[in-house]
Amino acid sequence: MTMEFILGHLNYWLFIVLMMIGFYIVVARGNYIKKIVGLNVFQVSVFMFYISIGKVEGGTAPIFPVDMNIDPNVIYSNPLPHVLILTAIVVGIATTSLGLALIVRIREEFGTIEEDEILEIESKLQLEENSTEGSSMGGRA
Amino acid sequence: MELFINLVLFSMLVVTAVAILKMRHLFAVVMLSGVFSLLCALLFVTLDAVDVAFTEAAVGAGISTVLMLGTMALTARNEKMPRDFSFIPLAVVMITGAVLIYGTLDMPDFGSATSPAQLHLATEYLKQSPSDIGVPNVVTAILASYRGYDTLGETVVVFTACVGVLMLIGNLARRRRKDEEGAE
Repeated sequence: MTMEFILGHLNYWLFIVLMMIGFYIVVARGNYIKKIVGLNVFQVSVFMFYISIGKVEGGTAPIFPVDMNIDPNVIYSNPLPHVLILTAIVVGIATTSLGLALIVRIREEFGTIEEDEILEIESKLQLEENSTEGSSMGGRA
Repeated sequence: MELFINLVLFSMLVVTAVAILKMRHLFAVVMLSGVFSLLCALLFVTLDAVDVAFTEAAVGAGISTVLMLGTMALTARNEKMPRDFSFIPLAVVMITGAVLIYGTLDMPDFGSATSPAQLHLATEYLKQSPSDIGVPNVVTAILASYRGYDTLGETVVVFTACVGVLMLIGNLARRRRKDEEGAE
């Protein structure tokens, strides 16, 4: 574990820390909107991790001069991760909007967007269903 | 200097993320998620990804904040008191983080010009795109031409999501009105 190794990997670790905060928000918080926000935090951290792989020390953004006189001494960062992440950002907003639409529907059905309240209502519904169907089956179900 | 900027931006990101975790007013949470996206856009600029930075600023900080505010207006403003603290989520997160960090130990150094990611396809794109396509911005050239099918696939995903959203909440207003009439 030399200093150079730590400096070279620090960026990756920082992004993993952010990722894990997002992950914790998703699994430990019961509010659905907050879960979506946590998912976004997680997602953007993955994007940053990916982009950091394409960074070249001393490089610049992969955009050539307008007159296309390319100086061979200029180092450009890797454009491929940028392209993939551009696609991923747009797909991310699509999944986010779908999740938010689901939340609106859930709120309409259950009157709440808290996970434990919804689980409670669900188990109550299940019990009711069991008792009605159980009596129709002669109490055996 | 670059490391310093990175560290400052990163600490702001962590503070924002922890604030999102702790806040119970959903309005503040949604606004902080916009702040988070803007800070990420800044970090993307330091990582040379300017196209990604402005997409993130427009989509992450703009559109998704608006969508979340809309959802908030239709559902709830406050989060309930968090349930009792449990160790299981924390343990899961810690273990996942440790495994991921273990995975990075084999990775090439940050910014290294000889890492496998820089050696093969990327150099070809940088070399060929001025003569192949002639667009100054290599990211645009790859996005729209070399990987045009990816972009087409992305459009299909967005279209599918649109259809899904419309089917889920498209007739919300009509249903609301019917409910009100029923109540009267």
